[in-house]
Amino acid sequence: MKPAAVDYVRADSVAEVTAILAECGDDARVLAGGQSLMPMLNMRLAAPRVLVDISRVAELARIRSGVADHASDGGRAAASGAVAVGAAVTQARLEARPTLAREVPMVALALPYIGHFQTRNRGTIGGSIAHADPSAELPLVLAALGGEVALRSQRGTRRVAARSFFAGMLTTDCRPDELVEEVLFPLAGEGARYGFREVALRHGDFALAAVAATVTRDAIRIAVGGVADRPQVETWPRLAGSALDDALDALARRLDARDDAHASASYRRHLVRTLGRSLVEELA
Amino acid sequence: MRRYSRGEQHRVEVVLDGRSREGRCESRMLLSDFLRHVLGATGVHVGCEHGVCGACTVIVDGVAQRSCLALAVAADGRDVRTVHGLARDDVLSDLQQAFRRHHALQCGFCTPGILMSATDFLARNPAPTEQAVREMLSGHLCRCTGYTGIVAAILDVAALRRERGGTQAA
Repeated sequence: MKPAAVDYVRADSVAEVTAILAECGDDARVLAGGQSLMPMLNMRLAAPRVLVDISRVAELARIRSGVADHASDGGRAAASGAVAVGAAVTQARLEARPTLAREVPMVALALPYIGHFQTRNRGTIGGSIAHADPSAELPLVLAALGGEVALRSQRGTRRVAARSFFAGMLTTDCRPDELVEEVLFPLAGEGARYGFREVALRHGDFALAAVAATVTRDAIRIAVGGVADRPQVETWPRLAGSALDDALDALARRLDARDDAHASASYRRHLVRTLGRSLVEELA
Repeated sequence: MRRYSRGEQHRVEVVLDGRSREGRCESRMLLSDFLRHVLGATGVHVGCEHGVCGACTVIVDGVAQRSCLALAVAADGRDVRTVHGLARDDVLSDLQQAFRRHHALQCGFCTPGILMSATDFLARNPAPTEQAVREMLSGHLCRCTGYTGIVAAILDVAALRRERGGTQAA
């Protein structure tokens, strides 16, 4: 349970990070808070040649509000601008932001579910997005809100919508020479209501199923994590009663739930139906 | 930019429990191993080595974190506090005394990590609910106590500190 030999580089600027990534590509891994990558190094599930530590890069430690976004995702609630969270910002720091519940209520609701007090102190927003664990809360929230990821390399900067960014289990659209520079959460829309709920074996464990929902005057946008290989998002009209039950049942069946050591596929489908139902009713 | 090449010994300096300390290690060495084996801080216990059990929790630059999920070279220049620094002049801290009063430990393996988490937690949450304390403790595994005594000790010390703070203010 010790990492393999590795070259460790502590970067002071984004330019240094992208230079190393351009040079080393797949042989390099970006290390931010280390709460996902360090366990993988300890268990030798990952053994990169170079680790690039970005945790002391001041440019990446910023949280900016009101950043213009591309509104590229037509299905989401109307929003003007986003909160852009730099790659070195810890989950604990975002959680402590006094204006967070007003700016992006769903993020404020989901943060306490992420790992534990001790891991949120070091774990970063960008790291969770880049790691793309199918059970993780932040990728689910980013997909549910129709957010974006800003990727930076020596070739330039590009923004990718969450629905294209998450490509599968632990797999994203981030190329080997790119750094997840910022994560953009769209600001809360006028009159939209946001909710988040999950079931895990113990508090802080990975979700067996998690549901995030946005309810507006004429639409329900629902996102499910922990079941498929990446967050799944659907937009419905304001369904209620048995029509809502039918839609949730159809969604649960489309997710290709699998049996594993923690829960059966049928239990996960059950969670999607019951969590979805209670969440939508709460927000209606 | 600073590069620490593999296979070489690198100097790492930390302020450990208020004293400047330095040691040499490879770039791949975990902070937990550096604290224990290089600096001799064996009160840092190592359980699972993948961030689940919480036994190795220390306070780095003011926040509680897993020392098994950090590299020693990444901690260069940081302030590190461990269980060794809690007692002053051989007098246990108020938190340690509360643990003793409430039988909040048995074998003691998980205790140093829990003490460090609780130290950071109480500094940020002076009046926590029982639920909040239990959520904080979800980051630690204790197989002896069933947690009841630990929760009681943390709530007790929070109340005592508020009382004392109130007395001082009056």
